[in-house]
Amino acid sequence: MDKPYNNKAWLLVIPVFLLVAISAIIPIMTVVNYSVQDTFGNNQFFWAGTEWFQDVLRSDRFWNSLSRNLLFSFIVLCIEIPLGIAIALTMPRRGIWVPVCLVLMALPLLIPWNVVGTIWQIFGRADIGLLGYALDQMGINYNYASNIFDAWATIILMDVWHWTSLVVLLCYAGLVSIPEAYYQAAKIDGASRWSVFRYIQLPKLRGVLIIAFLLRFMDSFMIYTEPFVLTGGGPGNSTTFMSIDLVKQAVGQFDLGPAAAMSLVYQLMVITISYIFFTVMSNVGVDKPDARVED
Amino acid sequence: MASITLDRLAHSYLPNPTSDADFALKEINYNWEDGGAYALLGPSGCGKTTLLNIISGLLVPSKGHIKFDGKDVTHLQPEERNIAQVFQFPVIYDTMTVRENLAFPLINRRVPRETITERVNEMVEILDLGDKADRKARGLTADEKQKISLGRGLVRYDVNAILFDEPLTVIDPHMKWQLRTKLKDLHRQLGHTMIYVTHDQTEALTFADKVVVMYAGEVVQIGTPEELFEEPAHTFVGYFIGSPGMNVLPCNITGRTATVGSTAIDLVQPSPASGENLELGIRPEFVTLTARGSEGIPVRIDAVENIGRFQIVRTNLEGHPVNALLQEGEEIPADAALRFDPARINIYKNSHLVRRGA
Repeated sequence: MDKPYNNKAWLLVIPVFLLVAISAIIPIMTVVNYSVQDTFGNNQFFWAGTEWFQDVLRSDRFWNSLSRNLLFSFIVLCIEIPLGIAIALTMPRRGIWVPVCLVLMALPLLIPWNVVGTIWQIFGRADIGLLGYALDQMGINYNYASNIFDAWATIILMDVWHWTSLVVLLCYAGLVSIPEAYYQAAKIDGASRWSVFRYIQLPKLRGVLIIAFLLRFMDSFMIYTEPFVLTGGGPGNSTTFMSIDLVKQAVGQFDLGPAAAMSLVYQLMVITISYIFFTVMSNVGVDKPDARVED
Repeated sequence: MASITLDRLAHSYLPNPTSDADFALKEINYNWEDGGAYALLGPSGCGKTTLLNIISGLLVPSKGHIKFDGKDVTHLQPEERNIAQVFQFPVIYDTMTVRENLAFPLINRRVPRETITERVNEMVEILDLGDKADRKARGLTADEKQKISLGRGLVRYDVNAILFDEPLTVIDPHMKWQLRTKLKDLHRQLGHTMIYVTHDQTEALTFADKVVVMYAGEVVQIGTPEELFEEPAHTFVGYFIGSPGMNVLPCNITGRTATVGSTAIDLVQPSPASGENLELGIRPEFVTLTARGSEGIPVRIDAVENIGRFQIVRTNLEGHPVNALLQEGEEIPADAALRFDPARINIYKNSHLVRRGA
């Protein structure tokens, strides 16, 4: 069989290859490189095998920050997704208030992460912050720097304030794309407000909700800047999430090996959990044989 | 089932309509008989969907009343009027099965469970959806989805009327014909009052016993398909119905003679019409072409289009286009003359038909 070979074709692939190499492959391989070796500086490396991985998986520190992270993502998703849907449902569909609402909603998303942290850090202070002062005046002993519950409540509130808008905007886009005829048909069928939501709006929002869910999960699971600015991981280690822990280990203690191993485990977890979510959510409420027909 | 009365009904989308032009739907008085099949026919933007939405209750008219069996329902909500509506795009509840879709309006009305099962089974039979009844509705084809939309209306035993808003728009051509036949069957079988909105004359004429032709917010004629064909009440009806549409020529009338330019055309009897803005209308079907001789109006032939069983001859009569419809294979003389069937000539004043007896 004569198959034409033209090795010049490789030239066309090179730019993409270079781009991916520089942006992804080389950095990741560097991390992989660190994760299986020990170094004492001076560019001297010793083979460590899976030692760092075993260390990471056996350490309480890792499991503690992981469970804090999971709890945080869980709470944040439980609040932001329903709240986002609810706000999107109450937003006007037409009229002069539409752009006003959209801009108001988009505002928190435009603020840089560390600024968000700073805003809330000041907002929650009892001496000069509005929230802290108000709570203090009401006789509530609120201090996010020393009380674990207060610290968590503030971080969650901050995240809800910062990111619910994203869910709202996605859901709003999904809602306005539902043709008017659906609502009219539901009206004629005598459907209640709840039925309209359950059987028309929610199914039509499925696509955007998957995206909202994944984005919010990944982002909250990788949260770093805001709690770092607000509490620095304290009081104690109570708000030390995985990324904060990772930075402490890598930059603070300069334990490059364990930190590299931990970041690889961390990344694998984000990818795996996101993949599971995506697969499960894409298949919710879909008949298998029908799904095939549709494809 | 019910008769529907439109009593001096008019609608404007503006808050304070002043002139006639502000009305999307100009005043209309009509009575739709119980069990009839009606079509609302007109081009896009003529007000037919507005009228349909007023009947279904999705829109409250600015003026006038609408009555079902004599009972005023102008301000009732759609669900209180017991009407069903099928929309242009099939509306189905994605997450439900076909059966659940059909049961939905009954569940909302708190009908007993056994009755629901019975009605739904019956409906699945009528609509030929038996083999798909327990599948999710989202995977079905457009015509099957449209059947479900229709079924959700038919399943209710208390339906006063079923309204169709261009229901065949998104259906494949070969399924259109089947679904239309099905609708006709259902009408015969169940005897609901049906109102069908469309801009397709074939759909309207084949579906309805009576066609309501609308133009620019106004009902220009209500009649059987034959009446629309033979005596269009408005030049628009003549132009809109029939393919090609009616020939309309500006003319002057004195006694039994109509004059187009310098050509005199005989009428059957003296027309009562006089004055300005007169037009003569004749359908291409009633125009014959002969070799130029003593009789007939000499014309120039511009083009001949062969459309299968017929040929359309496009001629020019003193600057006015006149179409004639000839049988397939009929010879077209080189030097042609037109002959209008005098009994088929209609006279229009300001676009409205001047009746002969009047």
